[in-house]
Amino acid sequence: MEKTGAEGLFSEMHLDILKEIGSMGTAHAATALSKMINKKVTMPVPNVSWVEFKNVAEFVGGAENVIAGILVTLSGNIQGMMMYLMDIDAAHDLAAIVVGQEHVSEERYAFTEMERSVIEEMGNILVSSYLGSLAGLTNSQIKPSIPFVTIDMANAILSVPASEFGKIADKILFIESQMSIENVKSSGCFILVPNLHSFYRIIRSLGVE
Amino acid sequence: MVRANMIVVGMADLNVTKSPGILTTLGLGSCIGIALYDGIAKVAGLAHIMLPDSKAIQNNSNKAKFADTALVKLIADMERIGANRRYLKAKIAGGAQMFAFNATNDNLRVGDRNAEATKRVLAVHGIPLVASETGDSFGRTVELYAEDGRFVIKAIGQGIRTL
Repeated sequence: MEKTGAEGLFSEMHLDILKEIGSMGTAHAATALSKMINKKVTMPVPNVSWVEFKNVAEFVGGAENVIAGILVTLSGNIQGMMMYLMDIDAAHDLAAIVVGQEHVSEERYAFTEMERSVIEEMGNILVSSYLGSLAGLTNSQIKPSIPFVTIDMANAILSVPASEFGKIADKILFIESQMSIENVKSSGCFILVPNLHSFYRIIRSLGVE
Repeated sequence: MVRANMIVVGMADLNVTKSPGILTTLGLGSCIGIALYDGIAKVAGLAHIMLPDSKAIQNNSNKAKFADTALVKLIADMERIGANRRYLKAKIAGGAQMFAFNATNDNLRVGDRNAEATKRVLAVHGIPLVASETGDSFGRTVELYAEDGRFVIKAIGQGIRTL
């Protein structure tokens, strides 16, 4: 059977390797985040899967569910984008733990400047840690941009990586990760969107071409 | 919110209906919702396109994903249920820049490029664009009513607009 697009190039073994990168990345992320906020952070081994972009929104509460999206663009040997997505209730909870203050506004969609920058920085740490292990394992240089945060409907946020990735395939590499800070559990996910050239570089440098 | 009588059009998808049907697409970001309407046959069609041009990309089998190919299929599907392309009018929404990137990188301006391509393709097919709300930096849910062609736009924390 002829396969087209990037998903055809992936076997179970590739997914296992990306999962390995994912678990190293999240371990780094948990340590880094724990240092930043001086609280116990745990992140179990993530689930890694290919998800058709039309179904991605279901994993984050539905097309119109309002989420926080942190996006970093990648340059260097590996180019593309990476995102961390979380539900806004989780975002409020996490920000409250870090700021040490409950969210007081009645407006669920409103974030204070302080909450926003906490979310931005947490997302930045999570994404950078993941990228650090990806760079190490693939012997690549990855230069992440500053983080950009948007709070809006899931589909609207996902349209950005989807259109980037839609150029080469109809599926998105989806890394689901749970995180708990002290006893507050929240789930979020990473989306890694390498361009085609970088995608091959990842596969090649992992020695599984 | 999606009501029982609505047909949901997914990302990179399109659909058509006759009056009193309602088409909706949820959370347009950089994508564009292209609404076509024949007010005589009362036939409506809605496409949720993601990229401007099918010819710029190798993996282009999904016609509904691109402005150029989606419009051709949308017109054909509407004609199949009784629309006449001479009476079609268009309304569009979406094409937002969801993240505050430095907008000099062309790849990151996909919202603008989608809007420009959609307008160009409509002109090529001679379909008048009667209303549009594109750009800015927020997501939009749209609803298209086949009974009268009204195009309703909703955004988080904002009022409802009818085009």
